[in-house]
Amino acid sequence: MPAPSARAERLESLRAEVRRIEGIGAGSAAPVVPLGVAEVDGRLAGGGLAARALHEVAARSPDFADDASATLFLAGLAGRKSRADEGGQILWALARRDLFAPGLAGAGLGPERLLYAECRSDEEVLAVMEEGLRHGSLSAVIGEVGRCAMASARRLQLAAEEGGTLALMLRRWKKAGRDPLAEPSPAVTRWRIGGAPSMPLPVEGIGRPCLAAELARQRGGEPCSWILEAPDAEARLALFSHARNRPHQAEERRAA
Amino acid sequence: MEKPGARIADCSCPNTSGWRPGARWAKHEVGRREEPAPPAFRAPQSSLRAERVGYQVLVTAQKVGNRMLVAAACERAQALGLAPGMAVTQARALFPGLDIQDADPEGDSALLTRLALFAARRWTPRAAVAGTDGLWLDLSGVAHLFGGEERMCRRIVAFCARMGLAARIAVADTFGAAHALARHRREPVTLCPPAGQAEALAPLPLALLRLDEAQLATASRLGIDRIGALVAMPRAPLQRRFGNALLTRLDQALGRAAEPFDPVAPEDPPSVLLRFQEPIGSAEAIAEAMETAMRELVADLEKKGLAARAMRLTCTRVDNQDEEVAIGTARATRDGAHLLRLLLPKIETIDPGFGIERMRLTAERVEPSGAQPIDGALTGEKPAPDLVPLIDRLAARLGPSRLYRMSAIESDVPERSVSRAAPLASPAAWPSWPRPLRLLSPPEPVHGVLAVLPDQPPRRFTWRGRSYRVTRADGPERIHGEWWRRRAEAEAVRDYFRVEDEDGRRFWLFRKGDGVDSRTGDLSWWLQGMMG
Repeated sequence: MPAPSARAERLESLRAEVRRIEGIGAGSAAPVVPLGVAEVDGRLAGGGLAARALHEVAARSPDFADDASATLFLAGLAGRKSRADEGGQILWALARRDLFAPGLAGAGLGPERLLYAECRSDEEVLAVMEEGLRHGSLSAVIGEVGRCAMASARRLQLAAEEGGTLALMLRRWKKAGRDPLAEPSPAVTRWRIGGAPSMPLPVEGIGRPCLAAELARQRGGEPCSWILEAPDAEARLALFSHARNRPHQAEERRAA
Repeated sequence: MEKPGARIADCSCPNTSGWRPGARWAKHEVGRREEPAPPAFRAPQSSLRAERVGYQVLVTAQKVGNRMLVAAACERAQALGLAPGMAVTQARALFPGLDIQDADPEGDSALLTRLALFAARRWTPRAAVAGTDGLWLDLSGVAHLFGGEERMCRRIVAFCARMGLAARIAVADTFGAAHALARHRREPVTLCPPAGQAEALAPLPLALLRLDEAQLATASRLGIDRIGALVAMPRAPLQRRFGNALLTRLDQALGRAAEPFDPVAPEDPPSVLLRFQEPIGSAEAIAEAMETAMRELVADLEKKGLAARAMRLTCTRVDNQDEEVAIGTARATRDGAHLLRLLLPKIETIDPGFGIERMRLTAERVEPSGAQPIDGALTGEKPAPDLVPLIDRLAARLGPSRLYRMSAIESDVPERSVSRAAPLASPAAWPSWPRPLRLLSPPEPVHGVLAVLPDQPPRRFTWRGRSYRVTRADGPERIHGEWWRRRAEAEAVRDYFRVEDEDGRRFWLFRKGDGVDSRTGDLSWWLQGMMG
């Protein structure tokens, strides 16, 4: 019978083996993209978003406003990855043409970082994403997908590992009442994003916009939710922390 | 010596008609030798005609030393007594309403080169540029194809007239004689009978013999003003006084000495033609043929130091139908594997019918390509990843117009402030104003708006049948219409507001009109985007 220390060593090596086989980037050696918010990074397995993996983002509701919030969050993540890679290029596979580039520039994705690929169908979006991921010279690939089969998503996950590229998928609502995140997926993290009232200002006007970010599922970690300040032009996120500045919502409603 | 029967035509295009040297399109064509010329010549006509209408009396001016001299003058200007070489100030004093344009010698010579290339494809295989205003065409053995020398010359003159050039042609046995006759005679076509150049040249002024200034000055001091007079003089004293150059020119004009000729060579785009013993039809066979053709073409390009930007594969079927596929690259390349990767997916678009007989792969657009420096090889910087192969593959999959960057253009109207740019272009950035992430295009009307005029944000509005209560708002940001685009926009004003409802939805709304003056808009409210 081996000594307890040898046994622990063996167990640890087996765990490392499993992590390697899983290849989800949750291991300590896998590169991550920190969100730059200590509270969020602390709750994410690995201390940030796994850089070589698929992540899914969906709007909280089919509402157009929540869709824009999800886009904002996605642009922030891609902007952070691009900055971490010192000017890395992002490929955005579009399915609809309503994306507004000056708005993206305000969320940290300037025009020099972003390459658009206009696709005609979900299948084409997936194919373009896979091609971009496998190529390996991009910093991140974003795709807007309505329906994505498990097998396709797994292909993307493998392509992301192979090319060492961050894969971000914006799951769009096809039908009201059918949450896109209800479908199974091999994505490492799955986010549900909605709008939240902006930072209150002492004067009239809109403060920094805020997002209600819900980490619906993550591999090797617990679900969690936060109110985040939306990414700024340098793709910096922050936690909505000034609770004391925030008027009580019930009071506010009563006053109005 | 010229071969017996060799006939030289000198087609002179003096800058005297409606042709304006320095026309922009002429300048654009510098150095595009590989292009097939004939269709390109159709395009400029309209612009030439338009220019011809606009001016009254036109001269072009060129700076020589410290003085501005007239470089070329139109027919009317010459009729008024303005001539090339005159000072511009003098010309303006003689005729105050003169239209003076800058001369563009590079543009002229580019046009002349293109004309020579066109002539080499269309009329005779041996054509060359002669000086700054003429072309040499060697008519030996080609005139009968166009119905004889005279008819051929008339056709060429008519062609030049359609292009807006006033051309004169002289046909003679020697370059010198053709040169002199084309510049001296006023009629468009002059035919010098074979071996008749001595008589034809005799009455012509000496300046037409392509002599330099010093020789002409000496000759005029000696009272020699006609070529005939020069011919009649004994050769030895002439040689002592003028040197060999004058006698050489004279001998070349009279056909006693040979003259070198440097014809322009039109270049065809590199291509490879494969002929098959049996017609092929299967995808595997086509793929193999593509590989063979690509291998040969890449070797050819490598030998010539070229790289391809665009390729076209033409498959000719047994029923004589052509099936074509084309590929393009974001940057010139002669990487055979990469080009093949772009070409192979196109097999499914080729319909082989009863079989393909021959296949031609053409590098339609080529660029010179030499050694490239390796980024950061010495400085140790991390080289930027090369996106070009990915861009080519995505462009081949989606179509080149579907892969792009967004770039700023100078407009404050949101829907006009973005334009598409090529994937490898460096785009311009926008000023950092708060802008929506998703834009509704066109903007959608909102109803039931409760807002205080003139500049208060809405308190409540209804969009797509749902009512929203605004808790916070920012604005207005006023954007004026672009009066230079449409007359209707001259007074138009949009007042933009960012508003947030109680659930944290952020909208980007605008009101047409400034709320004071009804001419600026009808005070209707529109939703243009979501701020996220």
